[in-house]
Amino acid sequence: MALLKIKPFKYFQPSTLTELLPLVEKFGTEGKIMAGGTDLVVQLKTREVPPLKYIFDIENIKELHYIRDEGETLRIGPIVKLRTLKTSSVIRKKTFILAEAVHYLATPQIRNMGTIGGNLCNASPAADTAPPLMVLGAKLRISSTKGERIVPIENFFASVKRTALQSSELLTEIIVPCQADGYGGAFMKVGRRVGHDISLASGAVMVRLKKDCVEDVRIALGSVAPTPMRAIETEAFLKGKECSQGNIRRASEIASTEIRPISDIRASAEYRRDVVKSLIEITIQKAAERIRGH
Amino acid sequence: MVKENLVEIEFTLNGSKIKLKVKPNETLLDVLRHRLKLTGSKKGCNTGECGACTVLMNGKPVNSCLILASKANGKDVLTIEGLGSPGMLHPLQEAFINSNAVQCGFCIPGIIMSAKALLDEDPNPTREDVQEAISGNLCRCTGYLPIIEAILEASRKNSEKR
Repeated sequence: MALLKIKPFKYFQPSTLTELLPLVEKFGTEGKIMAGGTDLVVQLKTREVPPLKYIFDIENIKELHYIRDEGETLRIGPIVKLRTLKTSSVIRKKTFILAEAVHYLATPQIRNMGTIGGNLCNASPAADTAPPLMVLGAKLRISSTKGERIVPIENFFASVKRTALQSSELLTEIIVPCQADGYGGAFMKVGRRVGHDISLASGAVMVRLKKDCVEDVRIALGSVAPTPMRAIETEAFLKGKECSQGNIRRASEIASTEIRPISDIRASAEYRRDVVKSLIEITIQKAAERIRGH
Repeated sequence: MVKENLVEIEFTLNGSKIKLKVKPNETLLDVLRHRLKLTGSKKGCNTGECGACTVLMNGKPVNSCLILASKANGKDVLTIEGLGSPGMLHPLQEAFINSNAVQCGFCIPGIIMSAKALLDEDPNPTREDVQEAISGNLCRCTGYLPIIEAILEASRKNSEKR
C-alpha cells in the first residue's frame, strides 16, 4: 500500500446545514463530505479514493452534534464521536449493544476522532456500528436542499463502500429505538487482536424469550458479505423454537450458509463460514443469558 | 487544476497561542514536524495504525497524521515538546527512564501522550486501564511490560505527592 501526498483540494468548513446543503448540491459530485476524517484521509493517501476537488468538513456544524433521549427512541447526531458512544450513560443504558460494539472499535485515538455517521457512510462491510444498529431497528435521516427522507438502516448499504446517499445528500440523524423490555442483546467481533483490528467477522443479536422459546430474534452480521447484513433465514429458523443448545447450533449452521463471505487479507471465506458458527452460538447464548440475568 | 484555498488557523500549541496559514491537504503532523520543527511526534505508518504521531487535542489523544491541520483551528494541542524540559522532567518521562521503558524510542513520545491523557482522566488507573489506554500505540522493541510499569509508577508517584 503505497502512501502518497494528498492532492490539493478546495476546503469548505461550513458551520450550519443551511450553508452546507447548497454546497454539496452544487459540488457534491466532485467532492466528499468529511467528518472525523479517519477513513477518508487514509483513502486519499492510498488513492483508494481518487483525488478530490472539494472536501466539505462537517465537524463545525454544531446542530449535528447531539444525543437526544426521547424515552423510547434515541436520536444521535452524525458527528457524535465513537468515544462518546462508548462512554455515554444514556447509550449504555438504552442501547447497550451499540456501546458494546464501539468498545473494541479501532483504537482510543481513532475513537476520539471518528464519528458514528462516518462509520456508517464509509460503508465498510466491517463497520462495527452497523450490526447493533440493524438489530435495534435504526433509521437514518437523510437531508438535501430538496428536503429529507428516512431510510431503514438495512436499505442504506448498497455495496462495498457504497451507500444509498446521492452526492447532494447528507446523513443528518441516526434514529435508534431503545432496547425494549424483555430483550437481551449482545455484540461480538472476531479479529486477530483485541481491539485495534478490523473485524474479520462480527455479529449482533437481540432476542426475547417466552418461557424457553424464542419469541423474537434479530441477528446482524458484519464482514461476511459485501454489506453488513441481517441473517434473515437464521432468524426465521429460530423464531418459535426452543432456545436450546441443539437449535442454536442448527441456527449457526444456517447462518454459515446464508452469508456471502470473500477471502481477503484478513481471512479466507472458508474460515469466515466456520468462525461465524461459533460467533453466532456465543452471541445468541450471551444475549439470552442477559435476559435471564434480569 | 484544483484551486486550493489557504486556511487561516489559530490554536493553542503547548500553552502558547499560534496563528498560521495552512494548505487544506496538510496534516497536523506535517505542520508540526516540517513547519514548526517540532519533531518529537513521529511519522510511523502515516495511516493511524501505529500511534507514533499521537498528540493531545483538547486533552484527548488523536493521530496527528490523520487530522487535517485546518481541524486544529480553535483547539488546544499538546505535543511531547509541551511536557517537561531537560531540567524539569514530567513525572511520566522520569518514570520511563527509571523503568528502562525506552529502547529505540520511536514510539515513546506517542505512548507518553496517550499515558498523559489517561492519568489526567484517572490518576489511579488499573493495569488493564493502562493497557487499554496504550492499545493504539505500537512498540516493536519492549514487549510493553516496562512501559506499563513506567505508567503505573508515574501514577503511584502522582498519588504520593497528593
